[in-house]
Amino acid sequence: MTDTGIIQLYVFILAGFVGYQVITRVPPLLHTPLMAATNAISGISLVGSIVAAGGEHGRVAMWLGFVAVICAMTNVVGGFIITDRMLGMFKHAEKPKEGSK
Amino acid sequence: MSALGVPLLLADVAAGGTAGVRELFIQTAYIVASILFILGLRSLTKPDEARRGMQMAALGMLFAIIGTLLHEGIVTYTWIIIGLVVGSAIGYPLGKFVPMTAMPQRIAFSHMFGALAATLVGVGEYWHMFLDGTVTDPSAVRGKMVALGFEVLFGALTVTGSFMAFGKLQELITGRPITYKGQNAVNMALFAGAIGCFLYLIYDPANVTVFFVMTALAFAIGILMVLPIGGADMPVVVSLLNSYAGLAASATGFAIGNNVLIICGALDGASGFLLSVLMSKAMNRSFGNVLFGAFGAAPTGGSAKSVEGLTVKSISAEDAAVQLAYASKVIVVPGYGMAVSQAQHQVRELAELIEKKGGEVKYAIHPVAGRMPGHMNVLLAEANVPYDRMYDMEEINDQFPEADVAVVIGANDVVNPAAKTDPGSPIYGMPILNVNQAKSVIVLKRSMNAGFAGIENELFYDERTNMLFGDAKASLGKLVSEVKTL
Repeated sequence: MTDTGIIQLYVFILAGFVGYQVITRVPPLLHTPLMAATNAISGISLVGSIVAAGGEHGRVAMWLGFVAVICAMTNVVGGFIITDRMLGMFKHAEKPKEGSK
Repeated sequence: MSALGVPLLLADVAAGGTAGVRELFIQTAYIVASILFILGLRSLTKPDEARRGMQMAALGMLFAIIGTLLHEGIVTYTWIIIGLVVGSAIGYPLGKFVPMTAMPQRIAFSHMFGALAATLVGVGEYWHMFLDGTVTDPSAVRGKMVALGFEVLFGALTVTGSFMAFGKLQELITGRPITYKGQNAVNMALFAGAIGCFLYLIYDPANVTVFFVMTALAFAIGILMVLPIGGADMPVVVSLLNSYAGLAASATGFAIGNNVLIICGALDGASGFLLSVLMSKAMNRSFGNVLFGAFGAAPTGGSAKSVEGLTVKSISAEDAAVQLAYASKVIVVPGYGMAVSQAQHQVRELAELIEKKGGEVKYAIHPVAGRMPGHMNVLLAEANVPYDRMYDMEEINDQFPEADVAVVIGANDVVNPAAKTDPGSPIYGMPILNVNQAKSVIVLKRSMNAGFAGIENELFYDERTNMLFGDAKASLGKLVSEVKTL
């Protein structure tokens, strides 16, 4: 295994750990927005798709990359909009009680 | 804590050595994006800050995209730009106009898109390596093959699996489990075949046939894996597919050497995994049981207690309205039936009337009520129910004995006392809402058909329980107008 490979593995494991710690504290109340949010963030595949669609990786990789850009961008745009829309609906009671978390 | 990945990223940049200003800029954009994503997810721990946090995450995504567009390997922008425009054009209506009731299938659908993007990039990369003949020494790319293999395996099975989940949730195909003899054997054989192909590819990455056989097997596994899973098990499956889509993205990051992909994929994977564990726990079942159990297929022999000789008490809307109007503590228990008849607005209206008459209304939400994690919360929030009235199972279970009336709307298995009292019941051990401890119970239900698990619910035969039959939305409408006249 190369040095880069080992660093990548570190990044993966630490990020997974951070993710687990952060997400354990998300209340069940917001589990659906959480799924929508991770969906939007997973649109980061866009980064790989863009390089495939525009790089010198041959014709097939370019076309597959092109379709991948569409798919990933759909998730990015749709995902962030719907997360925002959902979170906008979660409101306090009109008279907010003090001490509420 | 949330920035743990950053020093590593910096180390990576430094290790690049020759990296110019452009590369530094790109990596900075990626680091900023990663931080904003993690902070965005962390903001979801507090409903009041969540919206702002996620907007910051969206900004992070913008940075990541701009950074990538500056990548020196990019020679032509035409298709990138067309792709970005088309994607935005599809994504905008999917985000803006899809109703909250369609959220489970909407989420499943976007898992499919995410996984498809990863799979296509993986296949393209493989094609470029071996069919365009850019790799001369296949044994030198074994490490990359491991990443590509994971990417395509997870990606492909998530694509078809999510599509099946979407089909079931949208009711394009039956929500009932589809089973046949030897199903588990077939699935296991396919799975073993795919793993075998993967291992062979690590040994001989240049074998194109094996690569495509593996891809085809992964697509087939996705379909067959979701076939035997019934509607009520969907929360687990959707979460699991969320996790797989993340892992596929992470594998892409390994394959093309991109840390921001690895980080986001890992976050996504962790989130999906955690949610599936929570959902499985809430159903008192193991992963394996959900995936291979086909729960609702056949009633387990000699389990459910006979309810013969017991009778249910039916109640009229007028009487139920009187009970509710003069109750001081009401707990509403919503279930999938509320989502189906889209009764959440009537629920809120009824609650407001009860509150006007001096009563207090709380909502008790079981973790697996509905078809995805948090499904009921989103529906109620859409109907303007303040989120501080919604309570998780643990928070509210002690409060049922003080409740004058518990109103069960289209929920069944999650309130079935058999989960506590009947060791022979298939749902024995599953945590439930203690509705049977309330002073009185009104159950809104379409008919006396058994719930998803196909088992009788003793709660309905309890002497404190009254049944209000009919469509939930219509029944609630009647209750609302009756309470108004009181």
